[in-house]
This record gives sequence, structure tokens and C-alpha cells, in this order.
Amino acid sequence: MKVFKLITRNTWRHPLRTTLTVLGLAIAVTAFCVIRTTIDAWYSDSRATSPNILITLNRVSLVFTVPMSSIEKVKRVEGVKAVSYAAWFGGTYIDPKNFFAKFIVDHNTYFDLYPQWVVPPDQMEAFKKERNAVIVGRKLADRFGWKLGDVVRIVGDIYPGNWDYVIRGIYTGAKEGSNELNWFARYDYVDERMREIAPSRAGQLGWLIIQIDDPSKAAVMSKEIDNLFVNSSAETKTQTEEAFALSFVEMSGTIISGLRIVSILVIGVILLVLANTMAMTARERIREYAVLKTLGFLPRHLIGLIVGESIMIAGAGGVVGLLLTAFAVIPLLETALSDFLPVVRLTPLTLILGVGSALVVGFLAAVFPTAQAVRTSIVDGLRMLD
Amino acid sequence: MPLLVSYSLKNAFARKLTGTLTVAGIALVVFVFCAVLMLANGLEQTLADTGSDKNVIAVRKSANTELVSILVRADADIIKSDPAIVREADGTPRFTGEVLALIGLAKKSDSNIVNVNVRGGSAASFLVRPAVKIVQGRAYRPGSSEIIVGSKVAKGYWGAGQGEHLTFGGRDWTIVGVFEAAGSGFESEVWVDCDQLGAAFNWPTFSSLTFQIAPGTDFVALKNRLESDQRLTVEIMPEREYYRKQSASFTTFIKVLGMFIAIVFSLGAVVGAMITMYGAVANRTIEIGTLRALGFGRSSVLFAFLAESLFISGVGGLIGIALASLLRFLEISTTNFDTFAEIAFSFKMSPQIALQAIIFSLLMGLIGGFLPAVRAARVRIVDALKAR
Amino acid sequence: MAEILVHVEGVSKSYWRDSIEIPVLRNITLEIPKGEFLALMGPSGSGKTTLLNLLAGIDRSSQGRVRVGEADLSTLSEGGLASWRSAHIGFIFQFYNLIPVLNAFENVELPLLLLKMSKAERRKQVETALTIVGLADRMKHYPNQLSGGQEQRVAIARALVTDPDLLLADEPTGDLDKQSAEDIMGLVTRLNREFGKTIVMVTHDPRAAEKAHKIMRLDKGELAAT
Repeated sequence: MKVFKLITRNTWRHPLRTTLTVLGLAIAVTAFCVIRTTIDAWYSDSRATSPNILITLNRVSLVFTVPMSSIEKVKRVEGVKAVSYAAWFGGTYIDPKNFFAKFIVDHNTYFDLYPQWVVPPDQMEAFKKERNAVIVGRKLADRFGWKLGDVVRIVGDIYPGNWDYVIRGIYTGAKEGSNELNWFARYDYVDERMREIAPSRAGQLGWLIIQIDDPSKAAVMSKEIDNLFVNSSAETKTQTEEAFALSFVEMSGTIISGLRIVSILVIGVILLVLANTMAMTARERIREYAVLKTLGFLPRHLIGLIVGESIMIAGAGGVVGLLLTAFAVIPLLETALSDFLPVVRLTPLTLILGVGSALVVGFLAAVFPTAQAVRTSIVDGLRMLD
Repeated sequence: MPLLVSYSLKNAFARKLTGTLTVAGIALVVFVFCAVLMLANGLEQTLADTGSDKNVIAVRKSANTELVSILVRADADIIKSDPAIVREADGTPRFTGEVLALIGLAKKSDSNIVNVNVRGGSAASFLVRPAVKIVQGRAYRPGSSEIIVGSKVAKGYWGAGQGEHLTFGGRDWTIVGVFEAAGSGFESEVWVDCDQLGAAFNWPTFSSLTFQIAPGTDFVALKNRLESDQRLTVEIMPEREYYRKQSASFTTFIKVLGMFIAIVFSLGAVVGAMITMYGAVANRTIEIGTLRALGFGRSSVLFAFLAESLFISGVGGLIGIALASLLRFLEISTTNFDTFAEIAFSFKMSPQIALQAIIFSLLMGLIGGFLPAVRAARVRIVDALKAR
Repeated sequence: MAEILVHVEGVSKSYWRDSIEIPVLRNITLEIPKGEFLALMGPSGSGKTTLLNLLAGIDRSSQGRVRVGEADLSTLSEGGLASWRSAHIGFIFQFYNLIPVLNAFENVELPLLLLKMSKAERRKQVETALTIVGLADRMKHYPNQLSGGQEQRVAIARALVTDPDLLLADEPTGDLDKQSAEDIMGLVTRLNREFGKTIVMVTHDPRAAEKAHKIMRLDKGELAAT
């Protein structure tokens, strides 16, 4: 207890210096947490997947389509429980700045395969009845202030023309941290118009969503399904939903790696700032440490004092950073990134790593001052002027 | 005054460890600052310098990217006949209709499969883009299954080099040439004959129409003429502007991310500089008292400490810039989430960036060193000389 | 004849600076009986502080032996010397060397933390020591709230608190004004006459040296008795 008291008082000998150090550390810890949270957000969709769902795309790229006729063939594969389909609608709502994901789906089967998106039964009925009905996520509705019954116009690009939709459903995520920013309209409504204006494009789907009964057979069944379409005009690539989601993340792989590197550099900044402070502190106390040694204190006592002080400052920086992150920065981040990354959540792991890194740095920053204090002979230490 | 400058300089490195740590901290921050600016610069150049000032592009109305734009042959025929378009000696307009697709290729850096732009063009594609030069092999022959690839594609993906083969649309295509395009976005594309691409994918439409207009043409009049034509649903824009707008949100995202990182690091550096300088002042109270007793005024002391801070941050800044310029050799490839296609760009250093970095580092030294310098100036001679 | 507490036998000490040997003490032999008050004087650089450091075990001789009581300092390890010091030596510095963040009580208590004692026992010893030096009423004051003379008295209390065999003082009055110096010397003398403490004091001040039983002079590392 005495030692703790001494450490605490030592830490606050220079209140300004200690405060600045804690501030510097806090900023760095916050940055570290923010970067990790951003990277986590990127991966959020891939974590919300089911192991028994496969996605089938055109092998060339997602710009190309899968014909409607594929569905029957896939249904006949052993182990396939259900098949649904969807496509990327694209289009603009008033201004390109208002970007959000818009999908056209099979109104009969799609939501059966995605139980994590919960739609009240009466809303689902309305969706199934009206061709120009749309179900939107709760966060999306909040963003634009949409209510049930509102009419929303989308100007199409991939599917040209003006499209007027009625909001008939608002879905919520079953789990915390679900993506509630999606827009689901009906495929058949769009397909109808395509038959009129561009018949060659009718009956073409973006991707198939396949529910299988045994997740362990995912790899085998993926191959089987792809074999059905080998040498056809639309060769397919089938993979688990998780792999599909990850392929999108990997498109930004370089940026994510860059962010990871930066987060390590940020730890480096923490180390430099704290090491600097500890070095200055150590210099000032050389004589004091010599006096303690004269009184009979051993190296391990000095190590305890110095490391204790370093960890205390590091810990304070970590905690302040943690509080800053949780209460100030993350809410800001969520707003700023909501266009690009729908789910922004601060995980306990990130907080632990942030504070943990600060503490590890606390140890490292004490290494040199401790070594110096132990190695300096009493005589040399006493001779030091303040 | 000169005496105090050398006093400042010598003191800056009197305490080697602290001095080194501070310089290292500033160098790191300036490095990051430069890297961010160089990234934005490289991105600008690649994306925004895509295209030429003399060209105009037509896409479907409200198609924010070429990929989602659909124009039919009839549209092309109507626009092609517009008088504003530059014509060759034999009357052919410098006009090209192009179709855009994406194919999956495996990156060399991590073997991930990403989307690469395939542009189906014509002989006129080369006429409207004189910056495009074949550096290896030759151009594709129209009507064949031959393709050429941009230099960044040849370098960055497996199996995409001169003489190799790519498979898409149920066909095998031979790479007969590699081209460069002054570092612009076209270097990340694969170019093929438009009709061949259309046939392979059964797409009879264009994504965009690009043409060169005669110098002195009234652009606004041209725009109005074409956009109000009842037979067409198009949007007309200068080519450069379109490509810049097309990648606006991606560019903004990268810039915002970069700025956030730079701000965090600079705050860290300023804090570090302040700590060091406050420490310097505290340690040299006796010296300060002596200098003042000898007759140096408060402002001399202030400037001496400021000079020391600026010197440290200046040195750190130079080191940071030197390290950052090494990034020139690094090429980044990532998916532009506006166009969904992979784009490669590099960090580009420029004299302005170097200048901005120096100013930035000196600014950090100024901010970090100011308050401590004020404290030094405020030291009372009496107190200083009494201190042990 | 009182028993001998300190035996210094053929002790030499040199320092090495860039491979050049600088001798500081040459072949010192001396005996200090228990209860003696010895003053060491000499010009700057004569090695008197070095000799004091050797007696305290905070430095080692290059040659020869130092024995204090039962302990042969040349055979003890660093850790051994530290432990021995905490129980047997009280050191008084010219610049007091109090820990600024600890108050008077806590500064005096510091050496006791190394010994096995209960909190109550420590409290008793500290209060006793502070009473002897006349600062019982300033226990909670911090060094920056005390005058130079008061700080030195706290330092003396710290040196006393473990009831050491040997008190070593390096220029204890060097940083004090005339009145405070006299007060401190009065206290030190009392420690010797009244409490029987063996004291070795390095000093420049002839008036301080007068209070000792014996004065020895060091010149260029060699002893000359007066």
C-alpha cells in the first residue's frame, strides 16, 4: 500500500506533464479502437451469415446474370431444401448522395431463407399481394423519415425508367448489430417491364440463394451445382453465403490492410509518447534512486516503482481513451460511415485490446528507465545534479 | 541573438534520448501526413486524369457509373451525326461507342479474385485517347478474339501478361499487347473489340459514347441540344468531369479516412512535442535565470526555446518526408466501390506536398513549443537562481 | 579501550576514465572505535567523500578491506550490502535528499519499510526519531514546506530511525546558514555524546570539525593525522 501511494504521488509530481501524456495516450487508444471498429464493420455482413445458405452467381462476375431456368435444375440436386433468387436493382433515390442497397427478390421465398430479418405478418402479406410493394429496414426508414404507406420514387439505371414504390413493410434485425439499411422490392414487377422494353433481359437473375439441409456438405454441393452449368452460356460459381460476403470485403482488402498497419503505427505513437515521458522522469530522479539505494532499497523495489508509474499512466490513458471512444467517437463514426458500412459496433474485444495495448506499452516504456536506474551506481547517481 | 540560436541548436540534442524520441515521433507523423497526401494525389491523378479535355462523354440519363448506363445503337447513330464532333480527313467522326463489363481476375498480391473493367471499344477509341500507347506487342485485330491489357493489369494479375489467355463469355481470348495511358485509370482495364464483347455476352448495347469536339465549340449549346432531343435519354458531360464524378464517393471516403488518420497522428505529435519542451524548460531553469541575469530579455528566451522546438520538428519533418518519398515505389490496388472495378494507383510525391509537409512539421513544433516557451520566458530570475 | 567498530585495512580506490586510471585513495589504514566522533577534512578532490562511501558500502574499494562490526564489506554482494546498509548505516547528505512527494513522517519511515516491523512499531520509531531532532510537530509537512535546517533535521531523523551502528555525514552543514549549521552540529554532537552513536563526518567547516573527538586530514588520497 505504501508503495502504491508513492507510485501515485510520483505520477502526479508534474501534473501538466502527466496530463499531457495521458491525453496523448488517450487519443492514440481512441484511434486504435476506431480503426478496429471500422475494420469490424467491414466484416459485419460476413458474420451475419448462415452456414446452410449457398449463393450461386455467374462465374464471370456479378455483372452477369443467371437465367431463371437454372432454378429447376438446382432444386433437383439432393440436399437442396429451398431456392430463392434476387438481383441488384441499383437506381437513385433523388440524389446519388442518398445511396443505399436496393434488391429485387422473389417475394414468395426470399424472407423464408433470411429469418434474421423480421417482418410483421400483415406487412409480409401486403408485400406478397402488391406488385410495387417494398420492404425496407428500420434504420433506412428512420434515415429518410419513411412511414408505412409512403410512396417513394426510384430513378432506375440498370433497369431504366422511373419506379414508384409503396412502403408496405419495415423489417428489424433479429439480433443486435443487424443490417437494417436494405431495400427489398419484388423481382416480378421489374421483370414485367423488362419484357416490354428489353425482352432479352427478362428472366435474368442476379444470384440464387440456396438452402441446404446439411452445412457440412456445403463444399460438395457447391461443386455439384456448378457442374450442372459447365459449358453453358452462364457458367456458375457457388459458394457459402459467408464466402460470398467475404468476397466483397476482400475487394477492399488493400484498404483494410492499410488500416491494420496504421493501427500498429498508432501503438507505436503511444509507445513513443510514453517512453519520452518516462525517460524524462527517469533523468530527473537519478539522484533520488541513488538515495533509495543508499537506504538499502534493492533493484526490484526500484523496478516496481518505475514500472508501476508507467503502467499507471498507461492505464489512465487507456481508460480515458476507452471512455472517449465509447461515448464520443463511436456515435460520430456511426453517422459518418452509415453510407458505406451499415453496422458500426464497438466490441468488448476491441476495448480490451485497446486498453491492453496501452498497458503493454506501459511495460515497454519502463524498460529503458528501469535499466538505467538499476545500472547507475549509487556514487554516480548521487553526483547527478538536478 | 545568434548566440541564442546556437544555444538552441545544441540544447536540442543535448539530451539524446528525449531528443531522438521526439524527432522520431514527429518524423512518424510527417510520414503519415505525406503518405495521406501522396495517396490522395495518386488517386486524383489516376481517376481524375482519366480522359481528355477535348472529349465529351454521353451516358444514359442519371447513370452514375458507366457500368449501369445503357444506350442503344440508334442513340449512337443520332449523336454521331452532330456537327460539333471532330472529323477525320475522310469524314469519319472521332466517335466511339463502348460497352463496359467486369470480369474476375486473381490479384498477384494476395490471390483474391477481384473485378476488372473490360472495355469493348473500336479503332476510334484510340483516336479519342491519344495518351494511350501500346508499349508491348500490338493492338487487337477487330473481329478476332484478341485483347490488349493495361500495364497495371499485366503487372498485377496472374495470367494477364503478354501472350497469355483469359477466359470469359464462353470464349478464350489472347492477349496480344500491353498499353500505357499516362498513369490514368485506363491502365487498370482490359480492352477488346466492342462487337466481339457484345457477341460473347449477348449484349447489343453500349455503356457510353465518347467523342472529341472541335475547339471553340459551345459546350452548353451541345449539351442542351442532345439532352433535350426527344429521341434520346442521355446525359452529356466533359469526359474528365464524368470520371471524376464517377468516383466521387470513393475518393471522398479515402480522403476522409486519410485526414482522420493524419489528424490523430498530429495531435499525438503535438502532445509529444509539448511534453518534451516543458521538460526542457523545467530542466534548464537555472540556465534561463543565468541568461536573464546576464542581460538577455524575455523575448530572447522565448525565441530561443521556440527555435529549439522548431529545429527538432524541422529535422523530424525532413526525415518523415524522406521516408515518405520511398512510398513512390509502392503500388496500391483496390476496388473502387463506385464503379465496382479494381483500380491501381500509386503514391505520388510532388513539390507542393513536400512543402506542405515542412510547413506542417514546423507548425507542430510551433504549437507544441509555444506554451513551454512562454513558461520559460516567464521564469523569474530570482526563483531560477535559487533553485537547485 | 573501547572496541573497534570500523577497520579499514590497506584500502585503495581508483576510477577509470577512458582507460586512464585515476587514483583517489592510496593505501588507507585506519581504525575507528565505537562511540568515536571522527571528522575528515581535506582539500577538494582529496578523496574524503570516497572514503565515506566505502564505509557506507555504497562503493567498493579497488584494493584492501573494510570491516564494520561483524561485516566484511568486500565479501558482500550488492544485495547483501543493501540489506546490511538498511540495518547498520545512517547516511546524512549535504543536500538532504528527501523524497519530495513524501512528508516528514513518511520520509523518516522509508528505511523501516525494509525491515520486518508492524505499522505500530514503525510509527513508534518514527515519532521517537522526529522527537529527538525536535520536529515532532511537523510530521505532516512536505520538504518544500520546511526550511533548509528543518529538512536536514528530518534527514538526520531518517538516518537515526533504524538505530544504526554507524552514522556517516557528508558535509551536513555545507548548504546551511550559520545559525542552522550551529543547530545541526549541536544535534549531531548530542547524538554522539548522549546516544553514543559512532559518527564519521566529512566537512570543510572548521567550526563543525571542532565538535569531533578527532580530526583526520586527507590529501591527494593519503591520510595524515593531526
